[in-house]
Amino acid sequence: MGLKRNVSLGTGLRYKGGGPMLVFVLHRIGGLGMATFVTIHILSSFFGGDIGQFANKIYENWVFQIFVFFFVLFHAINGLRITILDLWPKLIPYQREAIWIEWAVFLPIYALAAFVILRTGLAGG
Amino acid sequence: MAPKSRNLSIVGRGLTNFESIMWVFTRLSALGMYALILFAIIGALIMGARNNMNMADVLRWGFMPNVTHVQSTALEDTTPFATPFWKLVASALLLVATAHGVHGLVVIADDYITGERGRKIVRLLSIVMMVSMSLMGLYIIWTS
Repeated sequence: MGLKRNVSLGTGLRYKGGGPMLVFVLHRIGGLGMATFVTIHILSSFFGGDIGQFANKIYENWVFQIFVFFFVLFHAINGLRITILDLWPKLIPYQREAIWIEWAVFLPIYALAAFVILRTGLAGG
Repeated sequence: MAPKSRNLSIVGRGLTNFESIMWVFTRLSALGMYALILFAIIGALIMGARNNMNMADVLRWGFMPNVTHVQSTALEDTTPFATPFWKLVASALLLVATAHGVHGLVVIADDYITGERGRKIVRLLSIVMMVSMSLMGLYIIWTS
């Protein structure tokens, strides 16, 4: 294969893709983050020991949970949008509207959860 | 003009190679994970989560219905959460999620590693990772 695109990182970062580009990037970062998180979590549960305990301490920290919940929830809701649009291709022309609906679903759920995590976290729970 | 892909049979759409089949699998496994997670959450609510677990506990159980995920809650009896039935549900979720996730990593890597040799190495590593993570996860689920 050897597909060459000849696009530098700088050009890639300057690409103005708007809303669809933003959800693409967030989906990708979230997927990478979850893969890393789950891999380390399985390894630390399997091997245990001091390093495993240390990893679990990080996971139980509320600051970490605010990030994890953002990416897990976003990946789940954006993934549902992708699945629905791909299984019913007639909807693809309405992609931008679908992304607005996606944010309308995501933001209230995430704001509520983040508020609860923050409140328990600041109270020392 | 080429015929619209919507009107073609599965073979006509080109769903014959591995990458296309995995494209479909990624979408269907997303729906499958939604089903399994909702199933686990509803199960937890039936088994006493309403009074003894908070939302974070329920979600933690939902994302991986393994009994160690409910041991820090106020539940008096966690034995209903440790039945072979829930271990089967957890195993199904683990295998589907590992396949979905590892293939996702391959898709990402393919965007940046474009040489034939590099892509072969990525595939080899992905198989090693998928098998080892599945086996370790199954071991944790069935021994906890």
